[in-house]
Amino acid sequence: MQFWIIQTLNSLSLGGLLFLLAAGFSLIFGLMRIANLTHGSLFMIGAYVGVTILRLVPNLWLAALLGGLAVAIFGGLLERLLLRPLAGNALGQVLVTLGISFIVADFCLIVWGGDPIPLSAPSYLQKPLLVGGVAFPAYRLVVLAIAIVTAIGLHALMEWTRIGAMIRAGVDDMPMARAVGIPVSRLFTFVFCLGAALAGAGGVIAGPIMSAYPGLDADMLPLALIVVILGGVGSLLGAFVGSFIIAVIYTFGSVLLPDLAYVILFLPMIAVIAYRPRGLFGRQPS
Amino acid sequence: MNPALQIHGLKKAFGGLPATNNVSLDVPAGERRLIIGPNGAGKTTLFNLITGALRADAGAIRLFGEEITRLAPHQRAHRGLARTYQIITLFPRDTLEHNVVLSLLGLAKSRWNAFRALRTDTVLHEEARRILGLVGLGERAARPIGEVSYGEKRRVEIAMALAQRPKVLLLDEPLAGLSREERAGIKTLIHGIARDVTVIMIEHDMDTALDLADRVTVLHYGKVIVEGTRTEVVADPRTREVYLGNA
Amino acid sequence: MKWLAWGALALLVAVFPLFGGDFYVNLASQIFIAALFAASLNLLVGYGGLVSLGHAAWIGLAAYTSAWLYLRLGLPHLANAPIALILTTLVAALFGWIALHASGLGFLMITLALAQVLWGTAYRWASVTNGDNGLSGLTRPAPFGMSLDKPAAFYYFTLAIAIVALWLMARFVASPFGAALRGTRDEPRRMAALGHNVWLVRWITFVYSGFWGAVAGLLYVYYHKYVHPTTLSLQSSAEALLGVIAGGAGTLAGPVVGAAIVLILKNYVSAYFERWNMLLGLVFVLIVIFMPDGVVPGLRRAWVRLRAK
Repeated sequence: MQFWIIQTLNSLSLGGLLFLLAAGFSLIFGLMRIANLTHGSLFMIGAYVGVTILRLVPNLWLAALLGGLAVAIFGGLLERLLLRPLAGNALGQVLVTLGISFIVADFCLIVWGGDPIPLSAPSYLQKPLLVGGVAFPAYRLVVLAIAIVTAIGLHALMEWTRIGAMIRAGVDDMPMARAVGIPVSRLFTFVFCLGAALAGAGGVIAGPIMSAYPGLDADMLPLALIVVILGGVGSLLGAFVGSFIIAVIYTFGSVLLPDLAYVILFLPMIAVIAYRPRGLFGRQPS
Repeated sequence: MNPALQIHGLKKAFGGLPATNNVSLDVPAGERRLIIGPNGAGKTTLFNLITGALRADAGAIRLFGEEITRLAPHQRAHRGLARTYQIITLFPRDTLEHNVVLSLLGLAKSRWNAFRALRTDTVLHEEARRILGLVGLGERAARPIGEVSYGEKRRVEIAMALAQRPKVLLLDEPLAGLSREERAGIKTLIHGIARDVTVIMIEHDMDTALDLADRVTVLHYGKVIVEGTRTEVVADPRTREVYLGNA
Repeated sequence: MKWLAWGALALLVAVFPLFGGDFYVNLASQIFIAALFAASLNLLVGYGGLVSLGHAAWIGLAAYTSAWLYLRLGLPHLANAPIALILTTLVAALFGWIALHASGLGFLMITLALAQVLWGTAYRWASVTNGDNGLSGLTRPAPFGMSLDKPAAFYYFTLAIAIVALWLMARFVASPFGAALRGTRDEPRRMAALGHNVWLVRWITFVYSGFWGAVAGLLYVYYHKYVHPTTLSLQSSAEALLGVIAGGAGTLAGPVVGAAIVLILKNYVSAYFERWNMLLGLVFVLIVIFMPDGVVPGLRRAWVRLRAK
């Protein structure tokens, strides 16, 4: 019984992290039709920036905020300087993001070295909490809470603000959105920065659980892809539900069938692609 | 005798908006049918449904009695259906001849041959040139598509459709954007198509294509408003309403 | 004039091991393998218009299968090579079926995800793949009893296979099927309306491309006598794609030239400068922005312009 509780809680915290990663990717792809292969690297460099900030100011939340901001700025520059000139060239944009991901990965290696660097959770969260008779790290539950709050915040943004309405319009029908005068290029930059910020902050928040290490980007990117394929492109609900489904499968798979955990991730992806290609909550493209 | 094309209760909606609204049509073999209607009437959507480019929400389509509603587009081509496009969709990097060759290959067994060089198939290439000759482009066969005029491209479209030896030929606004002279040329072409091919034509402007048609169907907002012979439809007051917006 | 140039090149390639020296002969063998790999990817990317970032899956699968059969079951090369090829081709058939539910970016993402699943499995399934240690202690085959351990011998072996493979691919491209494939790249809806089964054309091409990728994989494991999960990495797929794009997708010579450039760059750079990844990324970005058509078409244009003067 203990086993199930622990693994379920592990899944929930991993799901929260995946959501922070996948939500940005899904929004960027849904609105801008850019498969941002840099996204894993943004997560990773966020974590590393968090490491450096923590050495100066031992406050994880501040590090997350500043890390998210730094990555958002980087993302904004990437979007304006490299991706915008390639508008209409979907393949070119993908390749550029791929190239940037390699550059960022090596950059991190140069600056922070090859050893994994753990980030420390805030001391008041390092004590375990009792959940259902099981001691579980409090920090991981807080991560889940952060993800839920972020999801609610994003939902509020999308449903109740003008920007959110514009994003939704753009995801649903870009030509129409342009036709009614939505300032598309500013919106693009905003969404890209938002997605990057989520990834960067997510990397810092994931730090105490996953550490910052070379290869973190390559580990996270396929998970983000699978979540978005499963949940549907451009759908926050899809990213949310998909993140937890994948987290559960991955966590339990890693424990029950450690050798083949990755292969088990296959299965929901194949099922979705075969029977519901636009994902669980994706929209039919118009 | 089965009608060449039989459509029954066809429906297609886009996000709640019905583009095709319970359309039923019967086109007997050999007939020249003109489908007209103002912009947005759903004419091209109807063609897309017939060819399978779009999947219908409801209704049935029969080709010579055989139900094709669930068939993929390439399967419908193999049953004798061919079409031209309102917006020219030729293969831009290739010659006129290669465009027609691709059309001929669509129904030929040799399209699965992955070893023999295509250019050695002289029979195929001669046939392509012959068909281009039928539309008056025999001399231009070796030219790349990029180098021929818009009117000539329209004729290539028709050549490609004829290359499929269709039993039912759908022409989507074949006269659009052409000069008077070019239009006369295309009309002669269409007149010259043998009667064992059923021809269904979309045109936006009634006057230009009227003399090509045996019967006319008028569409508006995805519905059939009027149907009958040329004279019947021209005389029908509802036709004028559709175009003047009193409907 | 053109024939003279080609003849000279052929002669150079034929006698190179006589004066090249071990290092360069080995490098040439690696170039042949990379060229074959890139050419197989090009069938999909250049001629089919389907960009895959999962091509490394074929090298990895074929290499690991051959290595495992040899080390764990003691199967000799003559037996394990066909099994490796068949298994990889079957997986290509499966992956192709999955990935071709989409096209464009969806296809790209799915191929990436599928290859990454294999990559992750290669690390974790240590009982089979030996995880991060990789599988070593492999040997090269000895066709007709001839040893391939010397660089020159392996060079000619690889060259022969590469020539046959490229010749078959050239015929594929020039065939009616190849023309239909290009048609589906340019106007898929039109092709369907003309009677072509677009999905089937693409799927067959995917499987065929995977088969040649598997052949490259066998040559790879024979050359290195070692296989490691990095063979399956995104970086590996990206290098192949870069070779195709840099050289010029949609031409036969392009990927060969591009793969050669990428490999030479990688070897040179690794000698002086540790950060190959960074350079790879930079080259990607620069090529996309400045030379989107690739080197071979660019050179061709330059040649035409020069002749016109």
